[in-house]
Amino acid sequence: MWGMSVIVKKITQLMCALIFVYGIYIITHGHLTPGGGFAGGALVAGAFILLILANGSEYVRLKKQEEGSSMMESAALIAALVLASSGLIAGSMVFFNNFLPAGIPGQLASGGVIPFFNIFIGIKVAAALLTIFLALVIYREDISK
Amino acid sequence: MESWLIILFVIIPLFTAFLIPLGGKLLPWFGRTAVSGIMLFLVALAVHIILRMPGTVVYMAGGWEPVEGIPVAIYLVLDGLSLFLLLIINLLGFLSAFYAISYMRRYTGEKYFYTLMCLMIAGMNGVVLAGDLFNLYVFLEISVISSYALVAFGVEKTELEASYKYQVLGGLASLLVLFGIIMIYWQTKTLNIADISMIMQGSGQDPFNIFIQLILIAGFGIKAALIPFHAWLPDAHSSAPSPISAMLSGVLIKAVGVYVIIRLLFNMFPPDNSVAVVFTTIGALSMIIGVILAIGQWDLKRLLAYHSISQMGYVVTGIGMGMILLARGGENPAAALAIGGGLFHMINHAVFKGLLFLNAGAIEYAAGTRDMTKMGGLARYMPVTLSSSFSASMAISGIPPFNGFFSKLIIIIAAVQGGFYLLAVLAVIAGIITLASFMKFQRYAFYNKPEPDSPAREVPVVMRASMISLAVLCLLLSLLVFPGIRQVLLDPAVNVLVESTEYARLVLNL
Repeated sequence: MWGMSVIVKKITQLMCALIFVYGIYIITHGHLTPGGGFAGGALVAGAFILLILANGSEYVRLKKQEEGSSMMESAALIAALVLASSGLIAGSMVFFNNFLPAGIPGQLASGGVIPFFNIFIGIKVAAALLTIFLALVIYREDISK
Repeated sequence: MESWLIILFVIIPLFTAFLIPLGGKLLPWFGRTAVSGIMLFLVALAVHIILRMPGTVVYMAGGWEPVEGIPVAIYLVLDGLSLFLLLIINLLGFLSAFYAISYMRRYTGEKYFYTLMCLMIAGMNGVVLAGDLFNLYVFLEISVISSYALVAFGVEKTELEASYKYQVLGGLASLLVLFGIIMIYWQTKTLNIADISMIMQGSGQDPFNIFIQLILIAGFGIKAALIPFHAWLPDAHSSAPSPISAMLSGVLIKAVGVYVIIRLLFNMFPPDNSVAVVFTTIGALSMIIGVILAIGQWDLKRLLAYHSISQMGYVVTGIGMGMILLARGGENPAAALAIGGGLFHMINHAVFKGLLFLNAGAIEYAAGTRDMTKMGGLARYMPVTLSSSFSASMAISGIPPFNGFFSKLIIIIAAVQGGFYLLAVLAVIAGIITLASFMKFQRYAFYNKPEPDSPAREVPVVMRASMISLAVLCLLLSLLVFPGIRQVLLDPAVNVLVESTEYARLVLNL
């Protein structure tokens, strides 16, 4: 695929940054506003997918990209599990223990470990959706050869 | 006992599953060693917990204590029945993973195989430990979705077709299960099994409850491949790589199918005669029709897959008879005997059917075929496969002193004591046909005239070690009939089901 016209490419480049930042906002404010890791992660993945769609599949080296995002996905899940298990080790042997101070409700730095879970889940969802998209594109490229 | 130990059954496989794609990048042998290692650890942990005899242990994830007696945390409940299933899952998981070290060398993408296998085991461990319906459903989906991918692992035409069929029927089953769970939630406003049980004991038996139970029997019946719902099983179990066939037939249909049905019907719903009769009828049908379908098969793994339906029929018949006797009320020694026989047959079936699928894998590995007419004379080349498959064949046919004999005998005695003469006769007939079809397997695979220039050689030592361990277990499990050993493993599991209303009281700590 060679991508779309210059207009589409330029507009996408401008829009992508906004979508990406909005995704990050949804993830980091997951404990305060509607949304969270999953919704924000989907937005972040959407930003990448939009770039690939507009610029064509030659734009990135697909296989390498897919490997990277798949590794990222595993790493994010491991990080979430380690965080959950560290609740087990730190203190009362309770899995998913919220061992950090809760803070003042409504502030960004509050909720103990919940924002960290949101961040890891956001990375995981973004990487997973991107991996699925890339796997489909790679399959398409493979059979059209 | 430290209650946090039970969460390790879910955390460790899940952690390993996602470590393998990262670790496998650096060290090619990481996947195979890590999975065998952790499975061995989990078997040791299960045995350790069994020897401590903990009774009912409740673990609340997140440390959320009940509010005014209403449970709010995610409950993980370990009692005799869960422990029994945990031992089966992790033991067979370990031996299959160990066997796969040699067997999976021929496939590409080995690390994905181990990732999916770990996810499947994590899911099954979660199902047997879950104390609330929603988490049970989530863990169930984790294990069956990984099994869809594992069935298609060979990516040939037949494998993909089998996986697709399995996905469609599995998706239908999940939908039915979810529908049942939604109805229960609508009725009781809670998802915790113990809490629902307390509410349902009060309300008694109304038609709506029976409707939910039938929906759940249909949903989990598809997962357990009981006879009207069995269409996916012969394809799926025969197409998967052999260690996975052993896991699917030996463990998955028990953990996500039969275990969940009996847990919900005994410990959550109040006992009901009509539902118990339906359940037993399905079991008896599976027992007899499964074996009749099996005897005509010439594909070795398909034959074994149909026998899984039939043997699960024995388990369901045994437990169902116990449920009918309990629903009629009163103290009934035959009920405990029937349930005990069913559970005993469950662990026996895991061992011998796991072994038979590993044998089938060994034959496929050595002779390159699954068609029994193309085998022959393998006795000369493969003595270990011969002897281990002989012991498994005798065990599944119910020949003493192998384990299958004792469990079938207990089920038949219980049927006679409980007055189910027809079921006793059917169980005997199914046993005889089973013997006939395994005689066929032995004769055509091992003793027939050898194929000229057969490439068959004995399989590598790792595969042999797994098969020998399972063959020894086939004999050792016979010891479960002795009271001293039975009290450690089998009796706690039976008691959970016989004293069905105790579960809620123990979990909620009333």
